[in-house]
Amino acid sequence: MNPEHSNEGANGDRRDGEQTNGLPNTIVKLMVRNHPGAMSHITGLFSRRGFNLEGILCAPVDGGADSAMYLVVRNDERLEQIVKQLRKLYDVKSVVVQDDLDHTVFNRIEELLSEA
Amino acid sequence: MQFTGSSLLIELLKRQGIRIVAGIPGGANLPLYDALGQSDLRHILVRHEQAGGFLAQGMARSTGSAAACLATSGPGAVNLLTAIADAKLDSVPVVAVTGQVPSGLIGTDAFQEVDTYGMSIPVTKHNFLVRSAPELLEVVPEAFRLALSGRQGPVLIDMPKDVQQARVEVDSLPQPGAADSGPDADGAVLASMARLIASSERPVLYVGGGVIASNAEEEVRALSAACGIPVVCTLMGLGIMAPDDPLSLGMLGMHGSRATNVAVDRADLLIALGVRFDDRATGSVAGFAPRAKVIHLDIDEAEIGKIRRPEISAGCDIKRALRRLNRMVAKAGRAGWRAETGALRAEHPFSVPLVESHPGLLVQRLAALTPENAIVTVDVGQHQMWAAQWWPVRRTRTFLTSGGLGTMGFSVPAAMGAALANPGTPVIVLTGDGSLLINIQELATIAENNLDIKICVFNNGHLGLVRQQQELFYGERYVASRFEARPDFAAIARGFGIPGCTIGIQHDEEALRRALSIKGPVLLDIAVPEMENVYPMVPPGKSNVEAIWSHRSTG
Repeated sequence: MNPEHSNEGANGDRRDGEQTNGLPNTIVKLMVRNHPGAMSHITGLFSRRGFNLEGILCAPVDGGADSAMYLVVRNDERLEQIVKQLRKLYDVKSVVVQDDLDHTVFNRIEELLSEA
Repeated sequence: MQFTGSSLLIELLKRQGIRIVAGIPGGANLPLYDALGQSDLRHILVRHEQAGGFLAQGMARSTGSAAACLATSGPGAVNLLTAIADAKLDSVPVVAVTGQVPSGLIGTDAFQEVDTYGMSIPVTKHNFLVRSAPELLEVVPEAFRLALSGRQGPVLIDMPKDVQQARVEVDSLPQPGAADSGPDADGAVLASMARLIASSERPVLYVGGGVIASNAEEEVRALSAACGIPVVCTLMGLGIMAPDDPLSLGMLGMHGSRATNVAVDRADLLIALGVRFDDRATGSVAGFAPRAKVIHLDIDEAEIGKIRRPEISAGCDIKRALRRLNRMVAKAGRAGWRAETGALRAEHPFSVPLVESHPGLLVQRLAALTPENAIVTVDVGQHQMWAAQWWPVRRTRTFLTSGGLGTMGFSVPAAMGAALANPGTPVIVLTGDGSLLINIQELATIAENNLDIKICVFNNGHLGLVRQQQELFYGERYVASRFEARPDFAAIARGFGIPGCTIGIQHDEEALRRALSIKGPVLLDIAVPEMENVYPMVPPGKSNVEAIWSHRSTG
């Protein structure tokens, strides 16, 4: 994937993304410190703040020091708040909204992780 | 240098400037207490871990420095969580260290094992489960840096017993963790703020706890004075403006005066500083400052646009931003707007207490009998709102209250922390008969340490604010808001070794004076009317200008 295609704004133009309840989904890509509690911090944020989380893909990269996480989330008016809250998490090193991806990334796990 | 995990933790706490630590020992933190006993750290043995957390908060809120507390695993850690959650919502820098069962037993449902790490995730700014003693060299300074940096908050360190006991050889100790300086606002953004302020006719400064955390009250006062801008405070912002400043409009929101809320309603510009548009401050968001453009400065970028979309904003350190902004703004008198807000103030003071026994008058009477430099801690409920309305808060960090979480039981242990961290400063507690009982066991800690705290109990025999809402919004169907048993709090205080006085409903000034002049701790059990309400009050879902003003009138 090309980082130039990433869009960190909340309301970027959409490709034909996944439809859930009429709302298109988007992918938020995180680089996360890889330790046993990191996943809890991230999923806990979504449940505590009532954000929808439609899917997660997570795997270690960088020899295990970090994890790459792909979150499928609704692209609605709360996306900006999701991104801001994720950025505050200590274990989260970067947050990028990948407007150029949709849920089909989950079919390309090996390819993605080799690129991450 | 040879350490154990425990002695290393104690050493690192001392290097962070910690001199006093509150807590309770138990099975899973005995090694830590063994090391503590061999150090010169002063330990305050509280009688409930929640009180240890609030004691640390009292130190942190009154000084601005980070404070620490200790608890054992399982029930100790769980008891602590209320105070940690409270610190999270009010952004108070507290570092909690909990004992945990030995690493090998984690996950086995061992004795006094709970998932402290998992349970504390949503109520801390961050937390650590320490897996080896050398990790402490990084974790402890990092915990303090995090607690103090950006938007401050609580950090929890969970420490298994084997990590406490492990021997560790250390070459050199790390630098103490300190606050990062925080981001600066963009100069062009500040310039456009200055232009927006200059073009506004009816600006209002809306200021809260973030101003105090940034020590920016002088800069707020300077901006207000230079541009003739009236200031409204949140509950957490009381003290930023002196109450007798002609530009001070007091507390806004659910129990704010009509003058304050109407001024916000009429404003064409809201300058929001270190606030988060909390529902108790805004009432119905759609009806909040409906005519105003919004400037929002906050150290936490996530607060900007969370509730109200601002026209101009910056996620930045408020003090430094205001220093620069104050050099850019055009001086202005705004005589018309000042006269209008002044007239609002004159027309709409708080509902005038007609009866001598009104709790608002009691608050004023107690304030008059208390030295001006005193720190007051309040609990949660009607007395808290009467205190917010009537206590003259002259300086920041002298009015300590549980704003976000609204935790009954806060005032007494927070006062213990304030007294310990500010020797020689008078400390007074305003509490209710409901709130007092939630941490009344701390009278033992006060007696044991002879802490000079004057505890004033507003005793109406009810959960007053619950009763008030049942009266106003639930057809006077009173459920579980009246206490049938009425303890003799003066006798209870004496049972703990603290002088106790019972004061009648007329609040005789001489009796109050005599009780407050007793040396050392004292408890005053003061009768207040059982059915008095806090007014104004904005009904749930209504806008602030739709408040109920008194028993008889609405709107």
